[in-house]
Amino acid sequence: MSHANGSYYVPHGTRWPIIGSVGLFTLVVGAANWMNGSSSGQWVTMAGAAIVLFMMFGWFGEVIRESESGMYSKQVDTSFRMGMIWFIFSEVMFFAAFFGALYYARSFIVPWLGGEGTGAMTNELLWQGYEPVWPTNGPANLGGDFKTIPAFELPLFNTLLLLTSGFTVTMAHWALKKMQRRALVAWLAATVILGFVFVYFQMEEYAHAYHELGLTLGSGIYGSTFFMLTGFHGLHVTLGAIMLLIIMIRCAKGHFTPQEHFGFEAVAWYWHFVDVVWLGLFLFVYVL
Amino acid sequence: MSTAHTHEHHEAPKGLGRWVFSTNHKDIGTLYLLFSLLMFIVGGAMAMVIRLELFQPGLQFVHPEFFNQMTTMHALVMIFGAVMPAFVGLANWMIPLMIGAPDMALPRMNNWSFWILPFAFAMLLSTLFMDGGGPAGGWTLYPPLSLQSGNSFAFVIFAIHLMGISSIMGAINVIATILNMRAPGMTLLRMPLFVWTWLITAFLLIAVMPVLAGAVTMLLTDRFFDTSFFNAAGGGDPVMFQHIFWFFGHPEVYIMILPAFGIVSEIIPAFARKPLFGYASMVYASASIAFLSFIVWAHHMFTVGMPLGGELFFMYATMVIAVPTGVKVFNWVSTMWRGAMTFETPMLFALGFVVLFTIGGFSGLMLAIVPADFQYHDTYFVVAHFHYVLVTGAVFAIMAGAYYWLPKWTGHMYNEKLGKFHFWWSAIWVNVLFFPQHYLGLAGMPRRIPDYSVQFADFNMISSIGGFAFGVGQLLFVYIVIKTIRGGEKAEARSWEGAKGLEWTVPSPAPHHTFDTPPELDDSQLAHGGGH
Ligand SMILES: [Cu+2]
Repeated sequence: MSHANGSYYVPHGTRWPIIGSVGLFTLVVGAANWMNGSSSGQWVTMAGAAIVLFMMFGWFGEVIRESESGMYSKQVDTSFRMGMIWFIFSEVMFFAAFFGALYYARSFIVPWLGGEGTGAMTNELLWQGYEPVWPTNGPANLGGDFKTIPAFELPLFNTLLLLTSGFTVTMAHWALKKMQRRALVAWLAATVILGFVFVYFQMEEYAHAYHELGLTLGSGIYGSTFFMLTGFHGLHVTLGAIMLLIIMIRCAKGHFTPQEHFGFEAVAWYWHFVDVVWLGLFLFVYVL
Repeated sequence: MSTAHTHEHHEAPKGLGRWVFSTNHKDIGTLYLLFSLLMFIVGGAMAMVIRLELFQPGLQFVHPEFFNQMTTMHALVMIFGAVMPAFVGLANWMIPLMIGAPDMALPRMNNWSFWILPFAFAMLLSTLFMDGGGPAGGWTLYPPLSLQSGNSFAFVIFAIHLMGISSIMGAINVIATILNMRAPGMTLLRMPLFVWTWLITAFLLIAVMPVLAGAVTMLLTDRFFDTSFFNAAGGGDPVMFQHIFWFFGHPEVYIMILPAFGIVSEIIPAFARKPLFGYASMVYASASIAFLSFIVWAHHMFTVGMPLGGELFFMYATMVIAVPTGVKVFNWVSTMWRGAMTFETPMLFALGFVVLFTIGGFSGLMLAIVPADFQYHDTYFVVAHFHYVLVTGAVFAIMAGAYYWLPKWTGHMYNEKLGKFHFWWSAIWVNVLFFPQHYLGLAGMPRRIPDYSVQFADFNMISSIGGFAFGVGQLLFVYIVIKTIRGGEKAEARSWEGAKGLEWTVPSPAPHHTFDTPPELDDSQLAHGGGH
């Protein structure tokens, strides 16, 4: 199926992308039907997700086998690195959209609704008496009264968890460079555990918000920005932790050398990226 | 002398699998280009419906609701289905050939970038047959209107997500290819300008497609999951959508024009038989345009309510773009100055581009002026403006590129007589089609309406006649392309006397695999940088 062309490896044909396309298509068609209230939608969505998962196992598996059999030159490695870096950049821009919404709401929308500047008549005629303070669920008090999560309790603890995990993954990298495989696996295991504990506490926090604080996705602009930002971040932590877990298994199986371990580094970069996003979240969503 | 090392034992695989499982940049490029041509016809058919309904005042042929679906879908199909995939197809075919690379850097992902598109557009087009029809609130999907569409809404949002995934992967591949796969000696400032403009375009794509994904995700959650991003009652604001959308949208229009600049910068030197004037300034101008594209978005929103300081900032920032763009037009003209010019079809389209795109640029400057824009906003003046930059700009450049490189792709020369006829037919009728729309807009005719006041009747009829003629003329293009694929005069490796660059050192048609080992560069063969 594949063949090395001169110095740069170019596979001859691949069936994974078309499987991935069918999977993605099934996934989103199912999701759209689900949202439109069709009862079969959720099953189609799950079938699509299963196909995508199958594709990822197959595709990554093939790449790992090729990599382990030494088919990749330094130049191929650089292509992979660039791919990962620019992928992470695209993720940064995705989060930027939601951070942008948060800043825009806080610095412009809420004051304008409260009558600042040219918003005076809007406030007078539509939202009289609305007090423009953050957090807010808007002049119509959408979703009812709510309280926010105090920053210096669970969120602070979660911050420490993620910062520690950034340290442990760096220790794992050192162990890999010194070829101490047992330490490498142990540090990675610690990172994975820290990641999943973080996700667990986030879920606890959500349950607390929904059941005790009255803070939901429907709590106006505060609820929207809070849950969409932390939700997408939590999703990324979950994915990152799964990726770390797979890297850990690969390390235990004896993959990677001190010189060549792009897979490890890519996931480590990704992990640092979710870490940095969290710091932004902690500061702008929880503290300020 | 640079030579192409081709391995004859790597012939293209046979059958459908060649296309579905392909990891070959030429085959994937062909897929992109053919898909784009198909979408160009589909989107063009929608434009015909629009011009048919607008032929006379009153409601003649279609329901207003269907008319609105046509304007919305025409835009989505032409932008995401025709223009962008055409440029990605050209990038796939030409970038590895131009920089001496064996293929794209990530060949499997390259396949996926393409094969998402047919599924995304099947999904998008299927909405026309759903309860409540397709999206009808304009391609910009402004809330609250877009949130009131029928069953199509979620499908449109997810289709856009898929297109975004495809574009981002395609862009990542282009960047990795350009930065990592250049033949030794092909330094950044020796790269052909098409490669340079695509490098910058790819950066823009990766920077803004995720922002569009974020914006439409917020729409989706506002509609289905109770969020209030664009709902003032909950402390949100519909105008915020416009800010996020146009933060994507303005760089997006440069995504659709920068590669066009690149194509024209390849073709004009070839047919003027002179090196490109001001190569380095072209690179810097492209980079400046890309930078400025991030800080001008609100010029689409002058009338929606913005503090005065914002209006002024976005007005001046927008007008500054005229400087680097002017540098480019100046350089193209200077390249031709005292050149030994000939006017084959690619050159004709490139010259048509320079003249007509510049008209679109000037109407853009008019729109940038805040008090003037208060008059022009949402009128046919805007429609005329962006069709000059997108049809006589982007599409003319794509046509120019297609004629220029068809010999390299197919191994045959196209029929020059027919090509020239296609150009003149298109160039005349496209002006009949769009030039009157300037006046319609200045006289106050609003866009996106199926009916209009009788004083607009004459110019609308002229515009529609131009539209039908232009539309029919494009079938000729399809015919020329098919005919060239199937046969014709054999093309030489260097299909054009004045053409320079590595792509002309490999045989025509380009073998399935080229540059398996990097070519040795020879300055006299290069289009730019070396020796000039
Ligand atoms: Cu713009």
